[in-house]
Amino acid sequence: MLRKILLLGALALGAAHPARAADTVDPKAELKAFRDYFVGRFPKVPLDDFVNGPYSMDAGLRKQWKAIEEFPPYEFAVDKGKELFSTPFANRKTYGDCFPDKGIGVRQNYPYFDAKSGEVITLELALNQCRAANGEKPLDYVEDDMAALTAYMAFTSRGKRFDIKIPDDPRALAAYRKGEEYFYTRRGQLNFSCASCHVQAAGHHIRTEVLAPALGLMAAMPIYRSEWGGMGTTSRRFVTCNSQVRAEPLAPQDELYRDVEYFLTYMGNGLPVSGPGARP
Amino acid sequence: MWRAPALLLGIALFGAGAAAAAPSAGEQLAFDRAKGNCLTCHDIEGGDSPGNVGPALHDMKKRFPDRAGLIAIISDETRRNPQTVMPPFRRNLILTDEEINAIVDFLYTQ
Repeated sequence: MLRKILLLGALALGAAHPARAADTVDPKAELKAFRDYFVGRFPKVPLDDFVNGPYSMDAGLRKQWKAIEEFPPYEFAVDKGKELFSTPFANRKTYGDCFPDKGIGVRQNYPYFDAKSGEVITLELALNQCRAANGEKPLDYVEDDMAALTAYMAFTSRGKRFDIKIPDDPRALAAYRKGEEYFYTRRGQLNFSCASCHVQAAGHHIRTEVLAPALGLMAAMPIYRSEWGGMGTTSRRFVTCNSQVRAEPLAPQDELYRDVEYFLTYMGNGLPVSGPGARP
Repeated sequence: MWRAPALLLGIALFGAGAAAAAPSAGEQLAFDRAKGNCLTCHDIEGGDSPGNVGPALHDMKKRFPDRAGLIAIISDETRRNPQTVMPPFRRNLILTDEEINAIVDFLYTQ
């Protein structure tokens, strides 16, 4: 099964696959293969539990986590996010005015493909687009206010199932494919792809840490990491992952990072939002 | 006055202990996160919280009698197994030949 999924990845890379074309992209079949791989490898883990990352893989960690969740370290971020979210901009409008359903319980629909711009719009980007539309300066993608806002929006969406859509539009399929290629491509001095750790070595220990499975990986974002001593956005996570494999990170919310988020979140379709999460 | 001998004894014991425990260059490289960092993925005797991505590094002389073969694995295991997640330590200039040799010396004590 690993061979199969790495082969899918290799096909995505297209290196030795001249027949590759945008119209051969079949996200549905790829989602099934991706999910089957994890379910087959971790038969004792209930499907919905994959959104709990390392805690779904390790009984000892799970016990610690249950204790942590008694006083969740992301609670301050949720409170702060709620406050920021409901505080009007200078023009008296609020974030809620920019989102469907006033931005409550919508996390599971992000990222989405925007036919107008031809690009993938993540929740973080949508928040800054909202600010720009209302004459406000953008927030830093890797800092606390963005983490707080996304934490609040995830919190109001907990339990809702991811429903990422890949419309029948060659640009959307191309974005998906580019994200997939990035996910399976090795990079950095350590020569790891995202898949090296989160597909191939998922569930294994690196010293005291347990590598989270790629299935459901985006569902817990943003996360409080004890290692960081604070909250981190998806942008922060991508940048630090790249640094850790000694690769040059992209700029936060670079189009390619958004494509990766599009691919990876789509792979977790049907799983429930669990964010904000707490991780070691 | 009774303290002095005890203190001297303590120094003597501590000194002896420290000398016995002084890690070799290879062991230091194998445990150092910025260098070999073998412990992150492999169980090695004497290392705290080993990872388990790769196989345990025990009985090394018996399992890898060919020194050049072991060096090749550390240098670039992707040549033998393209799917491996093991970093190509020599190819990507993470370790020098000298450092790899020191690590192999250490692994052969395992």
